[in-house]
Amino acid sequence: MTVAPTRTRAAWPIVADGQYEGSRIPSPIPTVKTVPADFAERDDIMRVNFGPNHPSTHGVLRLIVDLDGEMVEGIEAIIGYLHTGFEKTMESKTWWKCVTYPERIDYVGYQNNELVFVLAVEKLLELEVPEKATWMRMLLCELNRIHSHLIYLGTSALELGAVSMFWYCFREREMILDLYEMVTGQRMHTRYFQIGGLAEDIPEGFYPECRKFVEWFPHALNDYLTLLDRNAIWLERTKGVGVLSASDAIALGQSGPNLRASGVDWDLRREQPYLAYNRVDFQVPVYTNGDVYDRYRVRMDEMRESNRIVDQCLRRLERMEGRPIIVDDRKVVLPPREELHTSMESLIHHFKIVTEGFRVPEGEVYVTIESPRGEQGCYVVSEGGPKPWRVHFRAPSFVALEATATCLHETLVADLIAIVGSLDAVMGDTDR
Amino acid sequence: MTFSDLPGFVDQSEAYGERTVTIEAARIRDACEFARDELGFQVLSDLVATDYLNWGAKGVSGYIATSTGRDINFPMTQGMQTLPALKPTRFSVSYHLLAMRQPPERVRFKVWLEEGDSVPSVVSVWPTADWHEREQFDLMGIRFDGHPNLKRLIMDDDWEGHPLRKDYPQGGEPVRFSDAE
Repeated sequence: MTVAPTRTRAAWPIVADGQYEGSRIPSPIPTVKTVPADFAERDDIMRVNFGPNHPSTHGVLRLIVDLDGEMVEGIEAIIGYLHTGFEKTMESKTWWKCVTYPERIDYVGYQNNELVFVLAVEKLLELEVPEKATWMRMLLCELNRIHSHLIYLGTSALELGAVSMFWYCFREREMILDLYEMVTGQRMHTRYFQIGGLAEDIPEGFYPECRKFVEWFPHALNDYLTLLDRNAIWLERTKGVGVLSASDAIALGQSGPNLRASGVDWDLRREQPYLAYNRVDFQVPVYTNGDVYDRYRVRMDEMRESNRIVDQCLRRLERMEGRPIIVDDRKVVLPPREELHTSMESLIHHFKIVTEGFRVPEGEVYVTIESPRGEQGCYVVSEGGPKPWRVHFRAPSFVALEATATCLHETLVADLIAIVGSLDAVMGDTDR
Repeated sequence: MTFSDLPGFVDQSEAYGERTVTIEAARIRDACEFARDELGFQVLSDLVATDYLNWGAKGVSGYIATSTGRDINFPMTQGMQTLPALKPTRFSVSYHLLAMRQPPERVRFKVWLEEGDSVPSVVSVWPTADWHEREQFDLMGIRFDGHPNLKRLIMDDDWEGHPLRKDYPQGGEPVRFSDAE
């Protein structure tokens, strides 16, 4: 159940701890659970390879599981099957071209990944982004959060046998992708955020379409709740499964919905506001049991809140017709297309940015945002040249998967699927 | 308690609103434990290594270009407008810490390493460092002393080299065919 955040200095942000006695983080290796010594000798421990090509691993996660009958006694996660070397590739592209890469890293929360990189470069350049761009970024990021949680909800319900949930979730996901297509021309991986603002102005007719979605979506959420929340099988399969305590979650660096389901009242959108999150009204859902069910409830509540944020962004944006969408800095931002035919100066700027790229001042920054999966960080080092020296992403999925071994306690092999699904890891994000 | 009380404290600086504290490499574990217990940085947000090989070697654009600088046949090989500040050693490891309080506080601990140096592992302070350290060992070749399971995480176990190093070429990876023994 939702708990009103207790603002006592000592406890906050931990609202409730002690979901179980002590710590369940395996020792000495925190991410590998080994079969207990008195078990290891028995010959009925079966070692099973789970993945990397298993539909319920959400990509290419490989788990080596030691089974005692139906019980999971040992587990080791092996990642790296989707390693694409994005960080290395970005070192050889200009800043301007790099923007396309982050969104392919976490391909479900693409808009938020793009945002964190763009914010990091803007921090180095010390650019002041126009208000309209900020609000539009917020709108798209919240739509993306709904999109990401819908994929989580659809696929993890599907894995537990609730097949119809998948179709319902993808129905609304399709609406979101249509909205994206309308604004950016792409359904996913939009490259709509430019360093300094937005790539294109918001098309006519977007606001009414988006408003239709905002008005429809609470009904859709009620549909999901009717399908799942009184479904005895769903409750049986999720309640009390994969428990993670608040202090273990913090020690394991968990963030986002996984952390809030464990009773930690922490959301970067509220605590460390970026974009214009300090100017919108939203609640941060916190649940205290730390099990699969609570992770599901946190995401359900978050979708409702995201929808409210989208609504507030729309109200603002509708009154910003004709305002600038990108900073007016010709050394960084491409000049308007129509100027290229008449202005030599614009042509030179255009040519320089496209061929050589713009220079970003020397320095290093670490920018964090609250992506659908949690704290998404971006560490950027610039040499002062047209290409980044080093880019590194703090991937929330990577960190979430580290908690797999801790969440497994007297777990059946069928619950393993529910637990891995509830941590909501995207393998592209994990392996980069 | 301030950052200058940290074990192994070297110096601190602030740039772009972010605080960087340099720590002696051998004492980073103690410094992290101190930061967690005394300064309230409960969370290790990120751990990342950087390779500064040939940092600033591109030189300055214009007439004072270096020998490796400007090549008019290839765009984007122009040097920079100013030379970047030189780095003390080849590698750095940055620890991004977060204190969950109001307002939240972040700090970057930094250690400098030469090729072949190792740095104490912080897994005993934050279990989350397990995979972060393995990833940096795998891709950057930094050794973490006292890590319970220091092996490759992302690349194959028998991979040669550390891909994120600056002297590791991009592309041109030979494909291993099964019949080409």
